[in-house]
Amino acid sequence: MATVIQIIFGLIAALIVGAAVMVVTVRNVIHAALWLIACFFGVGALYLLLEAEFLAVVQVLVYVGAISILILFAIMLTRQVTGEGVRQLVGGWRLWLTAAISALLFAVAIVPTVISHSWNVPAPPAPPGTPEPLAGVAELGRAFVYEFLLQFQVAGVLLTVALIGAIVIAFEERARRRRVLTLAEEHELRKRLAHPPPVEAPAGEPAPAPRATPISEGEVQQ
Amino acid sequence: MNWLNILILVVQAFIITLAVTTAFAYLTLFERRLLARFQNRVGPNRAGPGGFLQPVADAVKLFFKEDIVPAAADKPVYLLAPALAVIPAIIIWAVIPFGCLNVNWDYRACFADPRTSEVRNILQIAEINVGVLYLFAVTGIGVYGITLAGWASNNKYSMLGGIRSSAQLISYELALSCAVLGVVMTYSTLSTAEIVYLQGGLWGIVPQFLGFVLFMVASTAEVVRAPFDLVEAEQELVGGYNTEYGSMKFALFFMTEYIKLIAISAIAVTFFFGGWRFPGLQTLGQGIEALAGPVVASLVVGLVSLGAFLLKLVAFLFVSVWIRASWPRLRYDRLMTLGWKWLLPLGLLNLVYTAVTFVIVPDQRLASFILLALSLITLAVAIGFSSVPRPVDNVTYVKDLRQGSVAPPPPAEAGESQAASTSPRQPASSRG
Amino acid sequence: MLANYAFIAIFFVAAVTFPLAPLVLAFFLRPKRPTPIKQSTYECGLEAIGDLRVQFKVQYYLYALAFVIFDIEVVFLYPWAVAFNQLGLYGFTAAAVFLIILTAGLIYEWRKGALEWV
Repeated sequence: MATVIQIIFGLIAALIVGAAVMVVTVRNVIHAALWLIACFFGVGALYLLLEAEFLAVVQVLVYVGAISILILFAIMLTRQVTGEGVRQLVGGWRLWLTAAISALLFAVAIVPTVISHSWNVPAPPAPPGTPEPLAGVAELGRAFVYEFLLQFQVAGVLLTVALIGAIVIAFEERARRRRVLTLAEEHELRKRLAHPPPVEAPAGEPAPAPRATPISEGEVQQ
Repeated sequence: MNWLNILILVVQAFIITLAVTTAFAYLTLFERRLLARFQNRVGPNRAGPGGFLQPVADAVKLFFKEDIVPAAADKPVYLLAPALAVIPAIIIWAVIPFGCLNVNWDYRACFADPRTSEVRNILQIAEINVGVLYLFAVTGIGVYGITLAGWASNNKYSMLGGIRSSAQLISYELALSCAVLGVVMTYSTLSTAEIVYLQGGLWGIVPQFLGFVLFMVASTAEVVRAPFDLVEAEQELVGGYNTEYGSMKFALFFMTEYIKLIAISAIAVTFFFGGWRFPGLQTLGQGIEALAGPVVASLVVGLVSLGAFLLKLVAFLFVSVWIRASWPRLRYDRLMTLGWKWLLPLGLLNLVYTAVTFVIVPDQRLASFILLALSLITLAVAIGFSSVPRPVDNVTYVKDLRQGSVAPPPPAEAGESQAASTSPRQPASSRG
Repeated sequence: MLANYAFIAIFFVAAVTFPLAPLVLAFFLRPKRPTPIKQSTYECGLEAIGDLRVQFKVQYYLYALAFVIFDIEVVFLYPWAVAFNQLGLYGFTAAAVFLIILTAGLIYEWRKGALEWV
């Protein structure tokens, strides 16, 4: 059984590395995103092989189901997708120099860990009375509110901050856009302009757009 | 885990896939016949007795249709998209229990806690601890098929349909997972078999009525069924994301949609209607065991539970077709408003209800009924709030024109409707 | 435990085979007579002009962003929901604080009009 798992691990690892290489070498950005998704799937499969099923499913749920969608949306919102005529990497000796520096930095990060880690150590026997380590999700839920309560709440704050930040950035764009009135609103506006209220006409409202010139989605008010 | 088990498993996997595909084919017939009934037509009835061979005829037609790949399409992604759509739709079925046929020949194990009992149920492919999350993860992957099909076709209609649908799907996926979170809280488990087991007393719809309503709305949107089928709004987007797809590749998209519809109905049955459970099933098993021994008993229990599951499933599918026949399509802004401003807050509210009730009321049964009452009140209030005032009436109706014109108004409403029913041409001519 | 996932893997193979088989079969059965007109992009009888990659509303992206954030929130809540009946009032309070923080984000988004489709 152990050999089978080793073989599966090898295949998955090859898939992940291959997909990752494709992500950075493919010219079309959408294709790159698809390879990235394949890479995420591979990571999910690795978690599964480590018997961390909750993590595996969450990996697929969050990375594949949500974050990759966001990436795809971001790509589709941009115009240049195929990347033809765009030089992605500098060629020649500069490329090799860059690669060497990156490899060196990576080695600096990883080698001490690899050396100091003692491999092939059997897992320490759990003291009697501890629940089964793979009892899983319920354990995790309990840990969230006892041991990792602070982290749990900080994660909530972080998510909220991310949401607010996104809205603030997006709204700079939105503020410059002109809103297309619905038929009912336009009718209301026209009625109000035809019979202005005695105090003053509603300030700040743009004049009703004539129906003959519809405002396109992307048009920006100058 | 010997070779015999693996063989059984392979056969089981292929049979279930085949069953799902066949179910899709006959769901199309079911839907067309029913829609015809709703619209006072006959529906397809020529191929075979009662139109029974219609799906076969459709399949044969699709096989012989020429496959056209647009020159401007991005070929690899264009070919990958249907596969990415259909595979998740099928593998959803891996964790849904269709029934309980225990091949250890002990029907009692079906009615015992699946965490402790030794049950080898061949009517469920895999019993995993995170079944509910698996369902969501797989549903989430389904978005890719549509999005990529829209992008790869290199057609504006496809692109608009694709991007519209992905925004719709992700919005409603959120509402869906919020609705199911309530179920998970009620039963404290993520395993589907466990959820079915725990619905032995009360079905999930009682404690989670609000969750059920949210689930039904969100899941209908998730499988892009009417009235949420904006993705394929043929009046504005031609065919939506599958405009450029023809022959078998189109069939795969079509298949995806229907298989997802069946799957989501099966999930609803599993979460809210007791799965394969049926009152009196255990008594039936007891009686058969006394009469004919344990093997027959577990076979009968297996088949009856499968039948109960399918019966509930067909009821859901009928409702789905009924809704399709009755409701017009939503506008896109309304769709987004419904998803984000109604379903999501209501889903969060449902969580709060469930949490508060189960913390305050220790008795599960009493808590369930309190939750049911809370759900009903909340839904009534929500419906009251959501009823919008009539829109500004700035459209001139044909009726007004007729009253202003020379034609005299009809003498009486009843008389006119009678005339219309007997000779439809006459009022039409007076309307001019 | 891994056995169950092996079952899913076998089922996955079946799920791949099933759509693939008719595709391959149809490949041998159907006629193949491509012409430039047939392979042109569909555009209601006109010739398609302009670039496909028109700029979409930023709104789509905002929805996707909000989705990612709330999806992660719900994923965080799932383990809590499973353990919920063992945690009692304390666990309830902890999750309530988490939920309130995120609901504040939702309310901000709502008030700011980011959920409006305009």
